[in-house]
Amino acid sequence: MDLSPIISKATVASAGETGSWRNYRPAVTADLCSKCGNCILYCPEGVISEGGDSVEIDYRFCKGCGVCKEVCEQRAIEMIPE
Amino acid sequence: MILPGNASCQGCPISIVMRCLDEISNPVLAIPASCSTVIAGLHPKSAMKVPVVHVPFPSTLAVAAGLSEAYKRLGVKANVVAWIGDGAADIGFAALSASAARKDDLITIVVDNEAYMNTGTQASLSTFWKAKTTTSPTGKTEERRNLALIMLAHKADYVATASVGYIKDLRRKFRRAEEMKGFRFLQIHTPCPPGWKFPSEKTVEVARKAVMSGAWILWEYDGKLRLSKAGEKYALKENRIPLEDYLKQGRFSHLSDEEIRELEQKIDEDWELLLRFS
Repeated sequence: MDLSPIISKATVASAGETGSWRNYRPAVTADLCSKCGNCILYCPEGVISEGGDSVEIDYRFCKGCGVCKEVCEQRAIEMIPE
Repeated sequence: MILPGNASCQGCPISIVMRCLDEISNPVLAIPASCSTVIAGLHPKSAMKVPVVHVPFPSTLAVAAGLSEAYKRLGVKANVVAWIGDGAADIGFAALSASAARKDDLITIVVDNEAYMNTGTQASLSTFWKAKTTTSPTGKTEERRNLALIMLAHKADYVATASVGYIKDLRRKFRRAEEMKGFRFLQIHTPCPPGWKFPSEKTVEVARKAVMSGAWILWEYDGKLRLSKAGEKYALKENRIPLEDYLKQGRFSHLSDEEIRELEQKIDEDWELLLRFS
């Protein structure tokens, strides 16, 4: 029996491009970033990755919760109104 | 294990825990109706990179036990995870208790946000004494139930409490649970911004303050009960932060100083009880 129609497929953006939910945008100051990786570990969306001189945030899906700002011990992340 | 663009709220602690599932190899999840179901997505899309079986509330552990047994007989390597909230732990308690008593080979993860959040913050047995919910608008009159200790009383093979505020400790406990066999149980403290009424960026901070004030105790049991390194110093009262710091949430905004003192006393009693087992 072919069960494939009743099995859900893993999909990015299962609830759409959630970046549109954002009221505040996290902005990283690369000079202050120590690349400790706290924001990468704690980001609920998993949209922060290592990249360049600091970290990269995928703004297509970042919901702007601000958890990254709070866990950043270097205070390298600021929340800027969209 | 969870893909971006899912339906979780801003600052959702459950999705932080779902990301930690990558510490467990080949997980297969059984999830009852809950916030986690919403996050996992609507058919035909799924936000999870792992197989998920959506199940009715009280049957979660029964389904998980069946899956685990079936995989074993088929020779499929899988770690079956019963992923429930504190609400499903209330509703499905009979199956949970039976599964623990049978020592079924599976991992139970309870994401404890201290109320029925998906249906609009009704009080559960995990809800703190005096916390405001929609079914306890003036503060809950009963004390919370210590689910992890009940699982310890089942002589489960592995029992641990963890917190989204201490992610490395949490990930280590996931790894430890994966290494072991038999009935493994983890209860994870997950402060919920809309349910507890605090801003979304404070999720991790509130979780940490719960541990630092002594309100949430980090411990694990694998034959011997011990406090986890991340939180063991809070066994001494002088190391704790004032409880008021943790209670800065909408659900506790009505508390009088007297009630806070009483709450502090209840927390001390929780510590005393736990330390008797260690």
